[in-house]
Amino acid sequence: MDDPTQDAPLILGEHSLRSRLLVGTGKYASFEETARALELCETDCVTVAVRRVNLDATKGPSLLEFIDAKRYVILPNTAGCFDAESAVRTCVLARDLLGTKLVKLEVLGDKTTLLPDPVGTLEATQELVSQGFDVMVYCSDDPRMCVRLAELGVEGVLLNSAIALAKDPLRMAVAMRDAASAGRQTYLAGPIPKRLYANASSPMEGMIAGTGVHAKA
Amino acid sequence: MHRPRIPLHRTLKIVLNGSPKEVADTLAVAELLESLALGPEGVAVEVNGELVTRTEREDVRLAEGDAVELVTLVGGG
Repeated sequence: MDDPTQDAPLILGEHSLRSRLLVGTGKYASFEETARALELCETDCVTVAVRRVNLDATKGPSLLEFIDAKRYVILPNTAGCFDAESAVRTCVLARDLLGTKLVKLEVLGDKTTLLPDPVGTLEATQELVSQGFDVMVYCSDDPRMCVRLAELGVEGVLLNSAIALAKDPLRMAVAMRDAASAGRQTYLAGPIPKRLYANASSPMEGMIAGTGVHAKA
Repeated sequence: MHRPRIPLHRTLKIVLNGSPKEVADTLAVAELLESLALGPEGVAVEVNGELVTRTEREDVRLAEGDAVELVTLVGGG
């Protein structure tokens, strides 16, 4: 009999993840809060961005000092890239930094909405795949786009601001952990079928006098 | 006639992380990182849009007008 507490891992490239909640590391109040939120939501995979080193004399600690690369799969993104070329360059740099070929590709089309540029996204995906990357692609819910890029279907959830900008980010980290788990377990369990009419949960037999549909008011 | 002295240490101008910078002529990428107190780990290097791998850093030397990007990983979604 299938163990109801167990689930298959989420396979991303060469990584096997127990949690299907992937979480970003941006917009937290501090590195300490970031680390604690990641711990509480029990994610196995966190995203990071690639940016210029701060060459100022006053260098503070870096994010990587607060995130254990042995505990989490670090997934670099191409945030801020508006064309395929810069996105590919970013992935090449990230692979040099991390030694992993898993990347989260985003090729943006508009700076206000941050919606993706589908043409640039496809170009970048083709180039990255040809260079041996395993690519997770940011795309809108355009079905033709999804068919071109990957199989349809949600294998996991990736979010950042929903936790980081909540009133209580740490409590929200716990909520999202439970939400992602509840969603996945629901899917695996197979939800109750839809019915047009009600189906009472209590037995119809043995009802006392005066109850039931024919009882007088 | 007074002949101009050729300086012993020539410099060249590069663009480092978007800002102009003067460095010693034929400076190796590895030496540039050292001069900025940047450890070899945690930094990736791009010169004129091309990655310079860790093993190449000792050998790749900067030239006039090179655009250098030194990058690391930061928080992001």
